[in-house]
Amino acid sequence: MRLPSWLSQHLAALRALLVLTVLLGLAYPLAFVALGRLPGLSGKADGSLVANGSTLIGQAFTDADGNPVTRYFQSRPSAAGDGYDPTSTSASNLGPNSVVDTADSPSLLTQVCARSLAVGKLEGVDGRRPFCTTDGVGAVLAVFHRDGFTGPVTRVVSVNQTGTPFIATYDGVTVGPARNGEDYQALGGVITPVRGDAPVDPVVPADAVTASASGLDPDISPAYAALQVPRIARERGLSEDAVRALVKENTDDRALGFLGEPGVNVLTLNIALDRQK
Amino acid sequence: MAGWLFVISLVVALVAAYRPFGDYLYRAITSTRNLRGEKLIYRLVGVDANAEQTWGVYARSVLAFSAVSILFLYLFLRVQNKLWLALGVPQMNTHVSWNTAVSFVTNTNWQAYAGESALGHLVQMAGLAVQNFVSAGVGIAVAVAFIRGFASKGLGNFWVDLTRITLRVLLPICVVATLVFMVAGAVQNLSGGTDVTTLTGATQHITGGPVASQEAIKELGTNGGGFYNVNSAHPFENPTTWTNWLQIFLILLIPFSLPRVFGRMVGQNRQGYAIVAVMAVLAIASVALTIGFELHGGGTVPQAVGSAMEGKEVRFGIPDSATFAAATTLTSTGAVNSFHDSYTPFGGMMPIVNMMLGEVAPGGVGSGLYGLLILATITVFVAGLMVGRTPEYLGKKIGAREMKLASLYFLVTPALVLIGAAAAFATGNNSTALNTGPHGLSEVLYAFTSAANNNGSAFGGITVNTPWWDTALGLAMLLGRFLPLVLVLALAGSLARQKPNPESEGTLPTHQPLFVGMVVGVTVVLVALTFLPALALGPIAEGLS
Repeated sequence: MRLPSWLSQHLAALRALLVLTVLLGLAYPLAFVALGRLPGLSGKADGSLVANGSTLIGQAFTDADGNPVTRYFQSRPSAAGDGYDPTSTSASNLGPNSVVDTADSPSLLTQVCARSLAVGKLEGVDGRRPFCTTDGVGAVLAVFHRDGFTGPVTRVVSVNQTGTPFIATYDGVTVGPARNGEDYQALGGVITPVRGDAPVDPVVPADAVTASASGLDPDISPAYAALQVPRIARERGLSEDAVRALVKENTDDRALGFLGEPGVNVLTLNIALDRQK
Repeated sequence: MAGWLFVISLVVALVAAYRPFGDYLYRAITSTRNLRGEKLIYRLVGVDANAEQTWGVYARSVLAFSAVSILFLYLFLRVQNKLWLALGVPQMNTHVSWNTAVSFVTNTNWQAYAGESALGHLVQMAGLAVQNFVSAGVGIAVAVAFIRGFASKGLGNFWVDLTRITLRVLLPICVVATLVFMVAGAVQNLSGGTDVTTLTGATQHITGGPVASQEAIKELGTNGGGFYNVNSAHPFENPTTWTNWLQIFLILLIPFSLPRVFGRMVGQNRQGYAIVAVMAVLAIASVALTIGFELHGGGTVPQAVGSAMEGKEVRFGIPDSATFAAATTLTSTGAVNSFHDSYTPFGGMMPIVNMMLGEVAPGGVGSGLYGLLILATITVFVAGLMVGRTPEYLGKKIGAREMKLASLYFLVTPALVLIGAAAAFATGNNSTALNTGPHGLSEVLYAFTSAANNNGSAFGGITVNTPWWDTALGLAMLLGRFLPLVLVLALAGSLARQKPNPESEGTLPTHQPLFVGMVVGVTVVLVALTFLPALALGPIAEGLS
């Protein structure tokens, strides 16, 4: 008996799929799983594990309350779960103009400002940044004009502050504090970030105030490591030069001199510090 | 400076690979000898390897294979929690399963789930990764059939094309690449993970999985579906600065080499050079713009930070992340090593524009070449109208039927993108966007652009695992893949039927810089006319505010 051609075609398709599944979906990956058992490869195939984690996966060096443990170098901010959770990897996905806090979540700008202030305080340096208030939120105004987008300014609100606004007046109008839950953009206010007088090159490096792509970034920039060296030296009673030498040992330079960026592996660095007695 | 060297080294490597690798592809596809393993497969499948197929039979074979694949993968996902290596993951619901099955069969790899918490290892290996291979094979097969429409009378045999591309091209390269990724530190095990105690005494669950083997085909087949939620940003998928280079190279290798196959098959290598030149001009411009916008782009937060480091890894840095973003959206890959949602306004527009170009520079494996050949066909027609001659491409007349098919091909994806995005707003489903204002519109626009062009990357802030989004994007992916594909095969059939016309004085040469410039122009103008209004409401409004 001859099958109708549409049916035989689908049967051929099914057979092809099954054959290729056995080859590409089982034989190929499982052969490499087996290969990964070989000495020399198995450490990497299993995730580069060491006693206290994986050298490829970043971790938080904070106490149970989320405060930095000061004798350790600190990692970058992380958006993976509650921070550095490999079962819930994520970036923040907040956009470049996420500047207005909502009741549920702070804007990306406010997060950056708060982190910068906190890092500045921890390291004893200036934590100010452009577009940030001195109390560590986004310096953003909602400016109301008489005719919508034009005409004289009638009212100004500092949208991320419920207390005293970061500037007293804007265009001659007294700046008022925000009330919780009010959406000033919907009311017609023009969202206006204010740069302020913070230095162009902030002391706290960029990677210290931004969440990574994976939420598991094992590295910090050499600049952020250098910023933390005095604190680590103080906390551990080591010379700054000794700490700097360890930072250098745990820095991965650009491969071939031009691929990627140099990064300091925070976990291996902290492990090396713990070994110093 | 290092960033530019990174790009230049990629260009040099791709130029060096063009001839030898393109010739290898050509031999693999056109060889008259069947290897022993291939004969075994033909016997198991029950097909006659020597039977030439008409365009209709070829198309029905592709559709049957894809339909069976979607059904198989859907059922696999629905029962995966009961299978070996399920690792205690919950059952995947109907709409995410539908979306995922369509996504992987259409070479999109849009992910409405997070790999580390939603999938067991078996379904990743034997379900998703298999489609990574065969959906790439389907794309290349259709491109080859289309070339045969210009070059010969028959279109070949789908089963032979699929088998050969898989066994002779994809698998051998993946074997090498998997090993390299493993040496670099990508994991390859069947473990459910290991609990470790961190230095400060907390518990961290280090995940496992057959990642390296999936990583290789994810990039080579321009698929892009990550083993983990954060894709190539995850240190277990992309551990080092140089694996990042290798991933981009693998993404671009086949799409940039296929024009060589085109040139060889039509018997004029210079035709291949012209096509690859169009791809290269568009790609280099796009990469340069993306890097430039990311390094110097605006946006309040990047200015406050001092650089656009939000959503980027330290080891990759900004230029290499931007290069990856451009490569993944210029092709149909959609893997990411940084999160486009947090890019500067114009930097984030570039991935959208790349996809809107129709992913032809160089595009997905196979789909990029046939997409660009359609644009070349349209260019020949437009040029023919301007000088008042019968348009011909490689000796084949571009008549009314050919132009209808080519125009329909071009219209499919813009229609899906614009209607889909409009429908999301009309039904209020845009409210799942994380960001507000123009950036929220960009998130919706990005989602439909990515789905309809079978890319799979996202402005990740938007929540898309709702029934509406899963269904709508599933349809966009399905129609965005198979309508153009059938139209291409119909066009191939129509071209194959024609006797070739000898070249004459009046024939427009399609291998000279003039033609290259015209194809670039036609591509850019068509895309700009179609999408500028939508872009103006999203990324352009944000960038200029």
